[in-house]
Amino acid sequence: MQRKFIEERIFIVIMQIATLLIVLSLVVILASILLKGLPSMSWAMVTETPQGGYYMGKGGGVLNAIVGSLYLAGGATVIAFFMSLPVVLYLNVYRKKKSKFASFTRLCLDVLWGIPSIVYGAFAFSVMTVIGLKVSLLAGTFTVALLIIPIMIRAMDEVIRTTPQGLLDASYSLGATRFETAFKVVIKQGMPGIITAILISFGRGVGDAASVMFTAGYSDYVPESLSNPVATLPLAIFFQLSTPIHEVQQRAYASALILTIIILAISLGTRFITKRYLKNKIL
Amino acid sequence: MMYFTWFNIIVLVLIAIGLVYKSLPILETESLYDLLFSTEWFPLKGKFGLFPFIISTLWVTGISIVIAVPLCLLCAIYLSEYAPKRILQWINPFIDILAGIPSVIFGIWGIIVIVPFVSDVVAPAFGKTSTGYCILTGGIVLSIMVFPIIIHVLLDVFSTISENLRNASLSLGATKWQTVKLVVLRKAGPGIVSAVVLGLSRAFGETLAVLMVVGNVARIPHSSFDPGYPLTALLANNYGEMLSIPMYDSALLFSSLILFVIVLIFNIISRIILHRVERSVE
Repeated sequence: MQRKFIEERIFIVIMQIATLLIVLSLVVILASILLKGLPSMSWAMVTETPQGGYYMGKGGGVLNAIVGSLYLAGGATVIAFFMSLPVVLYLNVYRKKKSKFASFTRLCLDVLWGIPSIVYGAFAFSVMTVIGLKVSLLAGTFTVALLIIPIMIRAMDEVIRTTPQGLLDASYSLGATRFETAFKVVIKQGMPGIITAILISFGRGVGDAASVMFTAGYSDYVPESLSNPVATLPLAIFFQLSTPIHEVQQRAYASALILTIIILAISLGTRFITKRYLKNKIL
Repeated sequence: MMYFTWFNIIVLVLIAIGLVYKSLPILETESLYDLLFSTEWFPLKGKFGLFPFIISTLWVTGISIVIAVPLCLLCAIYLSEYAPKRILQWINPFIDILAGIPSVIFGIWGIIVIVPFVSDVVAPAFGKTSTGYCILTGGIVLSIMVFPIIIHVLLDVFSTISENLRNASLSLGATKWQTVKLVVLRKAGPGIVSAVVLGLSRAFGETLAVLMVVGNVARIPHSSFDPGYPLTALLANNYGEMLSIPMYDSALLFSSLILFVIVLIFNIISRIILHRVERSVE
């Protein structure tokens, strides 16, 4: 056989191994979280808040963190949605898709997307000290919203950008204004993208820890108002893991399992919804 | 709607201004050179040398990129040039899920799997002893975290290369691999660079996962098996407390300014390259 064919064979094998390694890394991560977390999983973990002496190994669960994370990510997603949708529509309907302004905005959003969440956290905390806001659900929600807005806009934009120009023209020719076109045609066309973007951002909000570390605080109770500090799952995992007590560390693994399940559910939900909505999309 | 759009641009500017403003006090009292290159980190005595942290950050990021880039490049070439559609449909969700996994999960996984692996297998193999909480562990965990973004960008870049170029090369009798090596990779050069740079900046700013496995000792590491203390970990561990120490607040925000500026430069460069690549196709 010629040398070039041998070379190709060898590289195909190497490439397959590399691909396999990358896929395996995910499998190993999920498997090890499952194996470590399952033994210490219990109903109490998801239905109870920490009881007295929880961090010494006594009873209770991490309901405070689960609810806290969902509140925080949910609130942030709602805020981010109302901030993002106008931007996406503006970039795609009101401005020419390839205008200088649009690509400059996209550049800024990409840069914002790349800024580490800890920098958002530090920035938000220093703003909080200036305006006198204490660590709270409110402050945490706004910080997370700031973090996920660029993600959400870019995710929506990716899909809405592909709306065929002909569809817009058809709508205009029927006498629709740009506003009507944006809300009645473009949004309907981009529905799968919009839902995917919302779910991705929500997942990011649930999983991010560095941005809420300084802004949302931590609490053993389920928050009752926006001004309460609030616990989040990633931080709950982090704190439980850093205690020296074996029991509590085991619970950190169980909490990690809970977080993983939430994230996986969001991922699978995204796939499911995208597939369903893609059926009635005009391409 | 225009105001909402401007809002994002303004946020970017505000973060920059805020961080610069907050780091001014320390920049006025200490020289930039001392801040960046002094190894003395004693906040109580007013000494804020960030060098050990900067070195740790660079070291961890470097290891992660060295591991991630070859793997991702091979994987992306395979997926875009060789893999049948069926396999692509299987692997795509895996990469998406990997991208969505929170950093704290990566951290915990690092503690469960990589830390013992490094301390029991890798370190003895090199004739060293290590607790496993070290730079190498951080690098390995980080490398897996940057897989999705690098692969994603690479796949985008490869898909912009015109099919005609590939066909021309194939029709001259080149094998697929020769085509990849001599045509695709050359044409994709700038795009590959920007994929790597984006991966770098991701790794650079990652906090919790690294913080959990890297050991956090504020000393200059001498080998990959020594513990390190990256900038992000420094911020996460100390910011928000002990702000009564003069200048501490300012020094920490200066470290986040460093992160911000580096990530900003990396991102702008790579995004501009990518926007160009995209435009050349359109």
